[in-house]
Amino acid sequence: MPTPARIPSFTSRRSPLLITAFLFLLLSSLAAGLVGCSAAGKVEPYKIGGLFAVTGFNSPLGTPEKETALMLEDQINKAGGINGRPIKLIIYDTESDETKAVNLAKKLIEQDQVLAIVGPSSTGESLALVDTVEKAQVPLLSCAASAQIVQPVRKWVFKTPQSDSLAVGEIYDYLKAKSLTKVALLTSSGGFGTTGKKALETAAAQAGVSIVASESFGDKDTDMTVQLTKIKGSDAQALIVWGTNPGPAIIAKNMKQLGMSLPVFQSHGIANRKFIELAGDAANGVIFPAGKLLVASSLPDSDPQKSVLTKYAADFQAKYNKNADTFGGHAYDAIMLLKKAIEKAGGDRAKIRDAIENTQGFVGIGGTFNFSAADHNGLGKGSFTMVKIVNGEWTKEQ
Amino acid sequence: MPLEQLVQYLVSGLTLGSVYAIVALGFTIIFSVTGIINFAQGEFVMLGGMLSYWLLRGVGLPLLYACLLTVLVVSMVGVALERLAIRPARRAPIVSLIIITIGASILIRGVAGQLWGKDAVALPAFSGEAPVDVLGARIAPQSLWVLGIGAAAMVGLHVLLSYTMLGKALRACAINRRAASIVGIDPQAMSLFSFALSAGLGAAGGIVVSPLAMMSCDSGAMLGVKGFAAAAIGGFGSQLGAVGGGLLLGVLEALGAGYLSSSYKDAIALVVLFIVLFVRAHGASGERA
Repeated sequence: MPTPARIPSFTSRRSPLLITAFLFLLLSSLAAGLVGCSAAGKVEPYKIGGLFAVTGFNSPLGTPEKETALMLEDQINKAGGINGRPIKLIIYDTESDETKAVNLAKKLIEQDQVLAIVGPSSTGESLALVDTVEKAQVPLLSCAASAQIVQPVRKWVFKTPQSDSLAVGEIYDYLKAKSLTKVALLTSSGGFGTTGKKALETAAAQAGVSIVASESFGDKDTDMTVQLTKIKGSDAQALIVWGTNPGPAIIAKNMKQLGMSLPVFQSHGIANRKFIELAGDAANGVIFPAGKLLVASSLPDSDPQKSVLTKYAADFQAKYNKNADTFGGHAYDAIMLLKKAIEKAGGDRAKIRDAIENTQGFVGIGGTFNFSAADHNGLGKGSFTMVKIVNGEWTKEQ
Repeated sequence: MPLEQLVQYLVSGLTLGSVYAIVALGFTIIFSVTGIINFAQGEFVMLGGMLSYWLLRGVGLPLLYACLLTVLVVSMVGVALERLAIRPARRAPIVSLIIITIGASILIRGVAGQLWGKDAVALPAFSGEAPVDVLGARIAPQSLWVLGIGAAAMVGLHVLLSYTMLGKALRACAINRRAASIVGIDPQAMSLFSFALSAGLGAAGGIVVSPLAMMSCDSGAMLGVKGFAAAAIGGFGSQLGAVGGGLLLGVLEALGAGYLSSSYKDAIALVVLFIVLFVRAHGASGERA
C-alpha cells in the first residue's frame, strides 16, 4: 500500500521542475536563434577558427590568447574588416585536452567551415591535430612553442612562438660574451625541461660551453637544496635552470638560502609575474631570455618592434585592465599574419596558405617573421632579448 | 665541504621527511580507528596551504589567525567527508570506502582549483628568510618551523592518545571496536573524531611547509603518495612507525639525490617501499596491515 501512494507525490513534485527545465531549454534555443539571425549581416564575414585552452592546466596560456583574439576581432571589424568584409572568430575551449582539440578542429573545419585555425595553446594539442589539418588542407597557426610542430615542415602547419633553440642560443651568446664556459644544468623532468635540456646539450659543443654537472627536478618537487648543494661542489661558473613554475621559484629561494653566488640563467618559462611573486627577493639577479614584450618600454626607438609592442600592451591593458603577456602575443601574431594573408589571398584556403608561407618582414610581438617553404616559424636570432630581474622588475640586460 | 654537504642533505631530508611523517600520521590515525586508507589525506595538506594563503591575502586576516582558522576549517572538511561520504556507505566493504576517499580527493582538488585557480601560492616565511648556519650547512628558518611543528604534532598526539580519556577511547576503538562499544564508547563518534584529527593535522603540515614548498591545487596527490609510502614503511597502525617511516623516506631521498643522481630520487622511495613490503609485509613496526 505505501508504495503506490508514494509514486504520484514523487512525480507531482518533479513535474514543475521538468516544466521549468523545458521552458528554459526552449527559451535558450530561441535566444540562440535570434543571435544567429542578427549576426548574419549583409556581407558574408571571413570565418576564422580559434582553439585555445581556456580551462584546464594550460589555462594561463589559453586565457590571454582568447582575450587577445577577441580584442583583435573587435579592432579589425571596427576598422572596416578585411577588404571591406568583417571577420568572424569562432573560438572553442580545448580544456587542455588533446582529444577534445582534435574533435573541435574537425568541427571548425566541417561544420563551421573556417578559412584557417589559430591555436591550439600547447605543443601536445598542436601535434595531435597536425594530421587532421593536413588531410583537410586547412592552414593552422599554432601558438605552441616546440620546434617539433614545424620540424619537419608540414605543408599546412605554421607556428608563431619562438623555438627553444633560439632561447638557448641567446643564453650561450651571453655566456660567451662574459667568458663563462663551464655550466651546470638543472632541468625539470617534465616535457618543457626535457626538450630544453636536449637543446642545451646539442648546442653546447658548438658554443664552446662545457656542461660540468647536470641535475634534474620533478615538476612537483618541493625542495631542490640537494641538487644545488651538489652543483655548489662542482666547478661550474654559471647555472642554467629550465622549467616552469613553481620549480624555478623554489630553486631561486633555495639558492639564496644556501648562499650561492653563482650567476643564474633561467628559461623563457619564467617570463611571467608569477615567478617574481613566488620567489620574492630571491628573484633578483636572475637572467633569462624573453620575448621583447616584457621590456617593451625600455627598447631603443630604433627597434622596429617597439611601436607594435607598446600598442598591443596599451590596448590589452585598456581593454582587460591587466598586463599583456607573451602568450597573448603568440595569438596576436597568428591573427595578424592571417589578416595579412587574407588581404592578399581572399577567402581561399590554399591561397591563404601560400600567402603565409611567402610572408616577409612581418613585424609582430614575437619578432620579425620571414617565412619560407623550409621555415614555417619564420623567426631568427634577435627575437629573444636577455632580461634581468632587478628589484622585482624586468630590465633589459646589456 | 663533504661534511657540510652531508649536513645539508640531512637537513633537507629531515625537513621533507617531517612533512611525509605528518601525512603518514594522518593515514595511520584514520586507518587504526576505521580500517580505511584515506587517500584524500594529501588533499588536506594542500587545503592547509591554499586556504591559509587565501585567508591571509584574499581576506586579509593576520597570519596567526589565518593559520588557526585554516586548521579549524580543514578539520570540518574532514568531518564533512566522514559524515557525507563515509558514514552513508559504512556497510559497504572497506575497498569501496577506500575508493570513496579517492573520489573525495578528486572532488577536493577540483573545487580548490575552481576557487583559487591553478597557480602555485606560497605563504610568507614565518620568521624571515635569513638562513641559519649549522656546521657549515645553511638552513632556512622555515625548515626549523617545519621540524618544530612536526615534533610538536608528534608529542601532542602521543599525549592525547596516552593520557586523555578521548585518546584512550580512540585507542580502545583501534584495538577492538566491538569491545569498545560494549564499554560505552561510541565507535561512530570516534570515527568522526579520527577524520577531524587527521584533517587538522594535515592542514597544519600544509601551512607550515607552504613557504618552502609552495602549494597548488594539485600538490596533494604527490604528498599523499609519499605519505602513504611512509606509513607503509612504518607499518599502518603505528604512530611511531609512521614518523620513523616519514623521516627515513625523506633522508633517503635526499642522500640518494645527493650521492647518486637526482633523476633517481623518486625511484629510491619506491624501491625502499618494495623492500620493506617484501621483507615484512606489515611494515617495519606495525601490528597489522
